[in-house]
Amino acid sequence: MLSIFSAAEVPGTDRMVLLFGQLMVVGAGLLIGLALIYFKKVGWLWKNWLTSVDHKKIGIMYLVVAGVMLLRGLADTVLLRFQQATSSGASHGIVSSDHFQQIFTAHGTMMIFFVAMGLVFGIINLIVPLQIGSRDVAFPLLNNLSFWMYAAGAILINLSLVFGGEFAATGWLAYPPLSELQFSPGVGVDYWIWSIQIAGIGTLLSGINFITTILTKRAPGMTMMKMPVFVWSVLAAMSLVAAAFPILTVTLVLLTLDRTIGTHFFTTTGGGNAMMYVNLIWAWGHPEVYILILPAFGIYSEIVATFSRKRLFGYASMVYAIIAITALSFVVWLHHFFTMGAGADVNAFFGIMTMVIAIPTGVKVFNWLFTMYRGRINFASPMIWFIGFVITFSIGGAAGVMLGVPPIDFQLHNTLFLVAHFHTMIVGGALFGYFAGIVYWFPKVFGFKLDEKLGKLAVYLWIAGFICAFTPLYILGLMGATRRLDHYDASLGWQGLFIVAGVGVLIIFAGVGVQLLMFYKSIRNRKKNIDKTGDPWNGRTLEWATSSPAPVYNFAAIPTVTDRDEFYRVKQLKLKLPKRKFSAIEMPNNSPFGIFMAGWALMFAFSVIWHFPPTIILAVLGIVITFLVRSFNDNTTYLISAAEVEAIENKRVGALL
Amino acid sequence: MENSMYRSKAFKAYVTGFLLSLIFTLIAWGIVNRHVTNGHHLYSHLFINILVLSLAILQLVVQLIFFLHLGREKKPRWNLQALLAAVGIIIILVVGSIWIMNNLNYSMMNMVPSQEDRPF
Amino acid sequence: MTKVSPMHKEIDKETATSLLGFWVYMMTDCILFASLFAVFIVLKNNTAGGSNGAELFSLPFVLMQTLILLTSSFTSGLAMLAAQRSRIKDTFIWLGATGILGASFLALEINEFTKLDHSGSSWRTSGFLSSYFTLVGTHGLHITVGLLWLAGILFYIYKKGLNETSVKRLTMFSIFWHFLDVVWIFIFSVVYLLGVN
Repeated sequence: MLSIFSAAEVPGTDRMVLLFGQLMVVGAGLLIGLALIYFKKVGWLWKNWLTSVDHKKIGIMYLVVAGVMLLRGLADTVLLRFQQATSSGASHGIVSSDHFQQIFTAHGTMMIFFVAMGLVFGIINLIVPLQIGSRDVAFPLLNNLSFWMYAAGAILINLSLVFGGEFAATGWLAYPPLSELQFSPGVGVDYWIWSIQIAGIGTLLSGINFITTILTKRAPGMTMMKMPVFVWSVLAAMSLVAAAFPILTVTLVLLTLDRTIGTHFFTTTGGGNAMMYVNLIWAWGHPEVYILILPAFGIYSEIVATFSRKRLFGYASMVYAIIAITALSFVVWLHHFFTMGAGADVNAFFGIMTMVIAIPTGVKVFNWLFTMYRGRINFASPMIWFIGFVITFSIGGAAGVMLGVPPIDFQLHNTLFLVAHFHTMIVGGALFGYFAGIVYWFPKVFGFKLDEKLGKLAVYLWIAGFICAFTPLYILGLMGATRRLDHYDASLGWQGLFIVAGVGVLIIFAGVGVQLLMFYKSIRNRKKNIDKTGDPWNGRTLEWATSSPAPVYNFAAIPTVTDRDEFYRVKQLKLKLPKRKFSAIEMPNNSPFGIFMAGWALMFAFSVIWHFPPTIILAVLGIVITFLVRSFNDNTTYLISAAEVEAIENKRVGALL
Repeated sequence: MENSMYRSKAFKAYVTGFLLSLIFTLIAWGIVNRHVTNGHHLYSHLFINILVLSLAILQLVVQLIFFLHLGREKKPRWNLQALLAAVGIIIILVVGSIWIMNNLNYSMMNMVPSQEDRPF
Repeated sequence: MTKVSPMHKEIDKETATSLLGFWVYMMTDCILFASLFAVFIVLKNNTAGGSNGAELFSLPFVLMQTLILLTSSFTSGLAMLAAQRSRIKDTFIWLGATGILGASFLALEINEFTKLDHSGSSWRTSGFLSSYFTLVGTHGLHITVGLLWLAGILFYIYKKGLNETSVKRLTMFSIFWHFLDVVWIFIFSVVYLLGVN
């Protein structure tokens, strides 16, 4: 290999990589801040976006942060792949072993908590209230708070680069004893703990919010079995959030207590039991991955029906499959640690349940295929994302069933086979779904369609890149390659496959570049692609009954629903609408409550990480006072007069309901 | 009007709940106290475990019904469903964790007495 | 003035939504406690050479705590009844009783924790004690937050009377307070009664 990479433990390149990261974060922050001040947009941003309690604005903000974190996570990906492609034999790549461990830890943590979860909450915020015919979520203020907790977590994890220059080097789940103070004495693990603790609280609050929204805010006539399947999938995912995130909260607190107070929950001495951490973190962790995938399944259900121009096949079985997956996801968690000492009876139970959970998933895949059968398919890019999903997810899912057999898992646990499996699930399954959803719903949110040509090119690059990046990992795993290796012996003959994987990531990167270009080009050409009708895809569900973008109150009059795919039914019947009477609509005010609370939370976390009690106390006081101020504020709504509603509605074209 | 509150069905419900809870608490406490002050020889471990847990669950149900008015809401009974779901999850989590954690020593040699595998 | 009375009348939709949301939150809080229980049960025999439950817990003391908390749950229910009937004086009386009983419970618990800590059984001593202090302490923290919340509600009612918002918040508080007693039933049973064995 090139001699530049040949020296072992090159502190020089390590420092360069770190410095680059720091400059990136500081630079980006400064750039955005200065641009806002220069263009005098700070006040506008505060009033119209940051303090907004409107689910549509909050959804966009989630997607923006998720997009930025995706780029950050991909930077880590490139570093990881590059290291593994070059660090063979005499060469030791560009980063030291310890640094490599921090990079893959940050990669996993960011991708799951800040990219995937951000995409999920962004999309469900944008679409769920519209699909159920409601004005907003049940608790708009809480919704804003949840976003800011998520953003605070994202800020904190980026601050770890700048203040301390250190992150956890433990893997994305930070098992003790490695994550205990004894073996991780620095601030890295603390940054990890607090960024996901804060974001996790935001997630939990959102879970409660969306469950309540879906149960209580559906339009009249929309019974549970008339809800779009996407809404069912969100209800299921949010139930998992409510059930699982308290476990994460507790586990992180216990680890924090071990690290700050000196308790003995997971320590090696004093009666601690590190395996209890593994047990609890996976009791949370398995439902978490279903939280990530279920909304994507819901999106596919919407997309396949719309682009096959046919109603979804087997609605009831889809719903039961979702419920089954949700319930089963709670009884499989041990499959993440088959190898860690349990006996045959425990392993067998969890192995069987793991295989069982593939059944309702299979039902869903077949239902999508049956929906396509004899449909008149429009292969727009959302549909191609779906095709990419079916191909990759089926393979990755089969790999998962293999891993669910304990004796096989004994060979494959923590190899690259596992890494390939879960990336297939999250990238091929969830991420493709969220990309598809973004393209599908983009016109609803912004009022114009995305460039289809570039959109299609992006899908093909992603699919090709993904297959190129991960097939070698399946093979390497079967050959015995362990995960998280920063160096391996040249005699193993693995380097070729790692290089292929690296090329695959570059292809994905090209795909991302095309996506960015697609956004740029679409925004520039937006006037040519305006969605005038609010229904660019001949959709079936209620969100398409509004203008694009929807007005702040969503529906001037809450519709009455009589069937599934209500909007499509109305279109088919070419119903004549009665002359509409408009009434005043009460909407919630913007509020800085969420920003302040998240700001205090960030201060609290930062202070605990750096052991600075004065600002810990200040943060707690700040939280209490902010809460009290809000509690005594009785003026939290404003009225849109009937005349204003009429004016907004008259500007629209093609309102149907 | 004035004293109707203290004669109402609702008030009687709270009193009933309070008294039943009191009784269950005192029985459980009383039996364990007797057992302990008699050098742990009065009853078997299993009996104490089952008795105490059963009384706790009974008191839980009493308080859910009489204090939290569960089962009294109109359809759809989301509160009840949410509670049943939570109870299910709690049972899976607690029982599952105990089963797993005890089982993790399956392949290990016998440990120091303080780490014997019995949960209670 | 509209009387908000869940037992007799249709409660307003916004209140119903808030109450369901709070109930769902309460379910997540129960799961939080369940996780702490799971940890306690797994670690309860890990005394690392330190003291165990039988040596540390006093049954009479625990009974006193339990009866105080149970009574406060009862009085909080009576406060709800009074509020639903717009009887502001009775509301204050029963809420006041709840607060005093709750504060007494908390004082007893802090006293017990301090005693244990000073006698060499701190939460740094062993896995058992770490999980004991954290489980019971988390409950105590919830009680503390509840008392602060109660103070806020009392102040709000004092300033604005028993309007829809007061009754809504009071309902949420009483759900919270009842559930804290429910959790205590299990702490009492699993930690103390089974722990002295």
